Amino acid sequence: MSYPDQFYYTESHEWVSLEGDIATIGITDHAQNELSDIVFVECPEVGKSVTAKEATAVVESVKAASDIYAPVAGEISAANDELENDPALVNTSPHEQGWIFKLKVTDPAEVESLMDHSAYEKFLKN
Amino acid sequence: MPEKPSLHLSPLDSAHRKLKARMTPFAGWEMPVQYEGIIQEHHAVRKEAGLFDICHMGEFRVSGPRAESWLNTVLSNDVRQINPGESQYTLILNDRGGIIDDLLIYRITEQDYLMIVNASRREENYDWLKEQLTDNVVLEDISSQTGALALQGPLSLEILERAFPDQKQFPKNRKIMKWDIFDGAESYIARSGYTGEDGFEILVPTELVTQLWDLILDKGKTLGCVPTGLGARDTLRLEASLPLNGNDLDQKFSPFESAVGFAVSFDKPEKFIGRERLRDQKAAGIERKLIPFTMDQKGAPPRSGYSIAIKGEEVGIVTSGGVSPTLGQGIGLARIKSEIAKPGQAIDIDIRGRNVPATLQTRPLYRKSD
Repeated sequence: MSYPDQFYYTESHEWVSLEGDIATIGITDHAQNELSDIVFVECPEVGKSVTAKEATAVVESVKAASDIYAPVAGEISAANDELENDPALVNTSPHEQGWIFKLKVTDPAEVESLMDHSAYEKFLKN
Repeated sequence: MPEKPSLHLSPLDSAHRKLKARMTPFAGWEMPVQYEGIIQEHHAVRKEAGLFDICHMGEFRVSGPRAESWLNTVLSNDVRQINPGESQYTLILNDRGGIIDDLLIYRITEQDYLMIVNASRREENYDWLKEQLTDNVVLEDISSQTGALALQGPLSLEILERAFPDQKQFPKNRKIMKWDIFDGAESYIARSGYTGEDGFEILVPTELVTQLWDLILDKGKTLGCVPTGLGARDTLRLEASLPLNGNDLDQKFSPFESAVGFAVSFDKPEKFIGRERLRDQKAAGIERKLIPFTMDQKGAPPRSGYSIAIKGEEVGIVTSGGVSPTLGQGIGLARIKSEIAKPGQAIDIDIRGRNVPATLQTRPLYRKSD
């Protein structure tokens, strides 16, 4: 699977897609593959304020629970309800249907300081 | 790169890598956690069959004219109850009655026994047993020359019949027999396992285990047999409510506090290690018990270490937890105050600060259909 070139990426393997001041966040194909069979996703409550690098959602695989971090500061504007019935969407469609939450970001410029796709792919290789 | 502690490699290591297994450190070994995926492998074992590498497990041979009475002093159960060719679930206890390890012992002949112990406790067990050794008993750790596979699932027998068409006989449940599959090489096959399904555990010399692995996978393929890793082994045993040493069993707790009191025999003539403390504990009453539970709804799975309460009062702890692929919901084992450790009792499990409802159940949660 390729890493979309319009996304931004974190070292903790979240992807961020920015439209205006709304960022959609999910975990990368690499991350879902490492976690394997995802059985539950705990999404944050809409309206909650989060700071950058704050543990915001939880993805549970068969083996363990993993925190998902807010890549930048903002307020939760949406959570992916589909994951309640079908958490495996994070495995089958990590970069699209498996998105986890949306954030109204405090400062969109902060997103642009994250890795772009080529930096992330390089990061994965090291 | 950070320096990694050196891990034992299974004799099947290159076979696992060829199958693109995901490897993980486990009890000092680098072992496969999964091949295609834990849930898929889990279902294969429930419906068809799965093949596990269990070369990491320890094998001890105990022999000699006084083997029987010596074993009865160092193990909790009574080996006089088993005949040659039979097995028994038993425990190694410390002198406080706490569980050092749980294991299967096989009586091969009158004076010759085989113990299969957990990888994580192999060295500790051996040192402990060696300290207790008496005259006319020989204890040998044969783990490094022994390779072991577990074939588990309802089609296990059919697969072995295909793989070994010349074999007329296979052991019945809980039995073991010598197996002459590789000319003269000492091998054993037992009808046992750790998944809640029918299945076999096969012991062969280390240098032959890859040949056996390849043969079973090849002959089993058309019947749906797949290689299965430690991930599925854990979900399968948890559904079958089989305790795991290190999670559910612990030196701090006795067999009666761990749902394995059936493996303690007070009737045997020998005074086994831990006996006095267990007697006292039984007389005084058991404070905590190990019991399975299921979550009432789909949702976040319970995990080892989560605390359990009733009406806000803490009553116990989750010792093992996860999602049951068969039931599609969270399940686990919990150590709970005795007075409330009854099937049907409602409990709350603290999952990241939220009280999530669950119910205590009768064990095992999963039982195979006959």
